[in-house]
Amino acid sequence: MNKLQKKILIIMLSLCLITPIGILVPAFFNTGDAWGEWSAQTVRELVGYVPSGLAKYSDVWKAPLSDYTLDKKDKSMVHKSGYYLVSGIIGATVTFLVMLAISKIIIKNGK
Amino acid sequence: MHIPDGYLSPQTYIPLFGVFVAAATVAVKKVKNEVSARNIPYLGMAAAFSFIIMMFNLPIPGGTSGHAVGSAVIAIIFGPWAAMLAVSVAIIIQALIFGDGGITAIGANCFNMAVFMPFTAYYIFRLFNNKTSKKSRISFSSFISGYLSLVLAAILTATEFGIQPLIASSADGKALYCPYDLKIAVPAMAVEHMLLFGIVEGIITAIIVNYFLKTEPSSIYALRERSKNE
Repeated sequence: MNKLQKKILIIMLSLCLITPIGILVPAFFNTGDAWGEWSAQTVRELVGYVPSGLAKYSDVWKAPLSDYTLDKKDKSMVHKSGYYLVSGIIGATVTFLVMLAISKIIIKNGK
Repeated sequence: MHIPDGYLSPQTYIPLFGVFVAAATVAVKKVKNEVSARNIPYLGMAAAFSFIIMMFNLPIPGGTSGHAVGSAVIAIIFGPWAAMLAVSVAIIIQALIFGDGGITAIGANCFNMAVFMPFTAYYIFRLFNNKTSKKSRISFSSFISGYLSLVLAAILTATEFGIQPLIASSADGKALYCPYDLKIAVPAMAVEHMLLFGIVEGIITAIIVNYFLKTEPSSIYALRERSKNE
């Protein structure tokens, strides 16, 4: 690994450590979900009904760390921040390794 | 910009999945031919960077939240094909592990943020930066590339949301999937990305391209491709 790559890794690790900003700042301004990313319950509040297709498909997948947390009912911002930080490190590491493996397979088979 | 499950009809997500798979197949061939082995670690980092940057949700006070994607900077530095693969990996992992973006919508989300966005960013950069290598010009083109590509990707996403009531409604006029039509979805998503998230994408793009320009200018794909044409 060269100097620049080391530097990038350090910067990214630092970014991982401050990811809780990504939930704390929106919470501070009391902003809602991203547009179009509401839960079925929120859609009911917004338009008065849950579209039938949305109701059918919205829970089709149970992600292991759904919403970047282990416990959706835990409303404590401290706990949420902790889960978010750990999710960030897990997600970034898995993404890094998967892309590294894919690139190795593709490029080594190339030239 | 991560479309969840249940918002797109199968008539929308199946074709988009097909387009994404076709594009990814081409990307694999292109990356095989044009990316050198020494850039392999960078591609892993690019994917991880995109994942991390999407965690930084920003608020629009009194409205919604959103984030930058990182596709533009990856497309300029490592090329749009490599960016396609890197950002797709981030999006697929977000969907599988974190439920951020739907499983059925993986093709649509990858198409919007990992196919459409890096190509748009790349060609906007080239358009604004076709001759000069002046530093200020490169920073400006990078900002515009990040800003416009994110705003346009948001409008594309909003269009996919907004056509749902037209193509999938029950007999009593109720939507089956996304309940908002184009008139609501497009302005809502366009404005929030124009006001805030696009600016952040633009700034990130300009800062990182600038940094590479200082430390490893020869590694910047868009500038290498440009000099080939001269």
